[in-house]
Amino acid sequence: MKRRDALKGIGLTTLGLAGLSPQIKAAEVLDPVADLAPVAEPDKKKEPWEPYGRTEGELERDAKLFKEQFFNKHELKTIGVLVDIIIPKDAHSGSATEAGVPAFIEFMAKDQPNLQTPLRGGLVWIDAQAKRRFEKTFIDSTPAQQLEIVEDIAYTERKKNGMSQGVAFFSLLRNLTASGFWTSQMGIADLGYQGNVPNKWDGVPDEVLKQYGL
Amino acid sequence: MPDVYFQPAAKTYDAIIIGSGAGGGMAAHELTKAGAKVLLLEAGQHYDPADPKYITQLKWPWQSPRRGASTRYRPFGDFDAAYGGWDIEGEPYTTKNGTQFRWFRSRMLGGRTNHWGRISLRFGPDDFKRRSIDGLGADWPIGYEDVAPFYDETDRMLGVFGTNEGLRNDPDGIFLPAPKPRLHEHLIKKANKNLGITTIPSRLSILTKKINDERGECFYCQQCSRACVAYADFSSSSCLVKPAGKTGNLDVIYFAMAREILTDPKTGLCTGVSYIDARTLEEVSVRGNIVILAASACESARLLLNSKSARFPEGLANSSGVVGKYLHDSTGASRSAVLPMLFDRKRYNEDGVGGMHVYSPWWLDNKKLDFPRGYHIEYWGGMGMPAYGFGWGIEKMNGMFPDRNGAKREAGGYGAALKDDYRRFYGAYIGMAGRGEAVAREDNYCEIDPEKVDKFGIPVLRFHYKWSDHERLQAKHMHETFDRIIMEMGGIPLSDKPGPDSDYGLNAPGEIIHEVGTIRMGNDPKTSALNRWQQAHDVKNLFVVDGAPFPSQGDKNCTWTILALSMRASRYIVEQRNAGKL
Repeated sequence: MKRRDALKGIGLTTLGLAGLSPQIKAAEVLDPVADLAPVAEPDKKKEPWEPYGRTEGELERDAKLFKEQFFNKHELKTIGVLVDIIIPKDAHSGSATEAGVPAFIEFMAKDQPNLQTPLRGGLVWIDAQAKRRFEKTFIDSTPAQQLEIVEDIAYTERKKNGMSQGVAFFSLLRNLTASGFWTSQMGIADLGYQGNVPNKWDGVPDEVLKQYGL
Repeated sequence: MPDVYFQPAAKTYDAIIIGSGAGGGMAAHELTKAGAKVLLLEAGQHYDPADPKYITQLKWPWQSPRRGASTRYRPFGDFDAAYGGWDIEGEPYTTKNGTQFRWFRSRMLGGRTNHWGRISLRFGPDDFKRRSIDGLGADWPIGYEDVAPFYDETDRMLGVFGTNEGLRNDPDGIFLPAPKPRLHEHLIKKANKNLGITTIPSRLSILTKKINDERGECFYCQQCSRACVAYADFSSSSCLVKPAGKTGNLDVIYFAMAREILTDPKTGLCTGVSYIDARTLEEVSVRGNIVILAASACESARLLLNSKSARFPEGLANSSGVVGKYLHDSTGASRSAVLPMLFDRKRYNEDGVGGMHVYSPWWLDNKKLDFPRGYHIEYWGGMGMPAYGFGWGIEKMNGMFPDRNGAKREAGGYGAALKDDYRRFYGAYIGMAGRGEAVAREDNYCEIDPEKVDKFGIPVLRFHYKWSDHERLQAKHMHETFDRIIMEMGGIPLSDKPGPDSDYGLNAPGEIIHEVGTIRMGNDPKTSALNRWQQAHDVKNLFVVDGAPFPSQGDKNCTWTILALSMRASRYIVEQRNAGKL
């Protein structure tokens, strides 16, 4: 159900707005929200970012961050390959790059500068591994070669000599990828999160209570 | 209500209120209703959660380029309705002797009430008389019976849901219907019943039923921390200042950073306030017959300490020397866990209200324990809206559980199997936090830093704060309790039980944002700054209505008591004024 329909369906009374003198105003307020809901992934061409209740200081800072570019093309491509290895397309939803994860990581690196060195350094580390093993950069390596390196850094409890920094980098990238993917429109639909919509809470559904013996 | 009221400084107001949070908002509401001409000074900007330019409610994480991650400007996340934080540009504070204190400030109409947890607990009879019970700290000059009628009125005026349970030190109230528990809350209740830990519906100032025509009803989006377009949760700006503005008796000046309370050198009475306009950095004076401090416990103490004159060399209303002392925040410790029984849960909308639907009030007797004062437990969990940090740290967890087919998994990983882990674990996490009473001590204090000023040229605060074993042992007990609850539920804690090297996981002082006590009330002018009506012993037309007057604060969050006491003090001001005594 679309959000606008959801709003119509339950009516303003259950929204808590009935009889409210600023009712019309509040309805207007809710409607644009409904319209915003189906927007696609952040579109870089449509700057500045759709406003979402920012203070002046925040608008200024975000505008500045959007103008900056932290990762170069090669780095972003490498990030793209890695995040799609971490979260690939499957039967339920698309891949991390399809959900806009590289752009999100680019933004986070500017927003939280403490991420910059671990991410940039990690990308150089992984290229160095690829060059040593295959005499190519990571992205120029074959998918099988890429996975050979990933296998060595993806499992935190495997103790493989000289790989611990790579493991730490991959864990950071895994976590950022998960944050970016599951907070995207695609990720939230996949996860099945049902909320963020006006409703009336009436407790846990009966069949669920039954399932847990409650 | 226009964004900016400005009034020529020539006018003398009946009262000037400094700060628009819970205490200041209630005073503005009560005094304007009684016909007084009131000026409200707010250090920050205008804010109205129903005005589209401020709205963050019902936004999706992808509408934030940082997906709701926190920033210096919004430490509780990009959608949170608090402008300010721990670290405000140009407004520093310092600490002394290697001690620690963290100070959260909101620079906006309504102050910190815009994002708070809405946990609205009355103090119980014991909470006003702790010294008589355990010999520590100070008794209040008033008791529960003095505050009860104002709690009742606050309940009716602002709305709070809950249930009457007949618990002696967790008094019943006038409650709206409480929401039913979420799934994890049912499971917590069941486990706690076996453990003998009282667990009852929470008490939050959220309208599960309409109470008047100005405010709507909760529509269960779980986002009270973003403030509500329907005004269905309590915030001072929406529920107190706004109606006060409608009386026509209120002027508000924004960006007014109070610097000093002005006094008449002959009478020693307040005559007004001097403030710095935060945009122009110009100093402005306004005049009033009564000055009411509601700038927050530490900011109000700072103002008094910075209001030095020949007549008040130690700062205004500070002949006792207690101003700034007895600063105390609630204790806090928390733990989270994963419940394997909730893997692969059925999806449904479990948002509910903005906060927990059940909590555990203090259930034990300190006489049988090695620490004084109790704590309550707050819980979280459920299928919430993903935000920045979702799935973070999965490599520490997914190796613990075999997959659906019973095959062993390795920690970390990538690809389709990892992707499926996030789905599988969604909604299977729970967490709990203890919020307890710290003992107020003279040597936990804020004072004026002898060297530093902020960008307004106002001398800043310097904090000196240390936890004692009272608080440490309480935190230790919290974690022992968390372990028992998690174990009883069949959960797996996501971190080890903290030990003495980390003060048993105690949050740093200030982090719970319940700091109170810095201008305490009492019957003896030698050991307190305010009388039982929150009126300065030294200056009869000066009142303090934020958390500063609290001699102690129970394990109950302080806001509901700030509101009830501000109402009580405001009624006293009106009575005294009408009787010609002010």
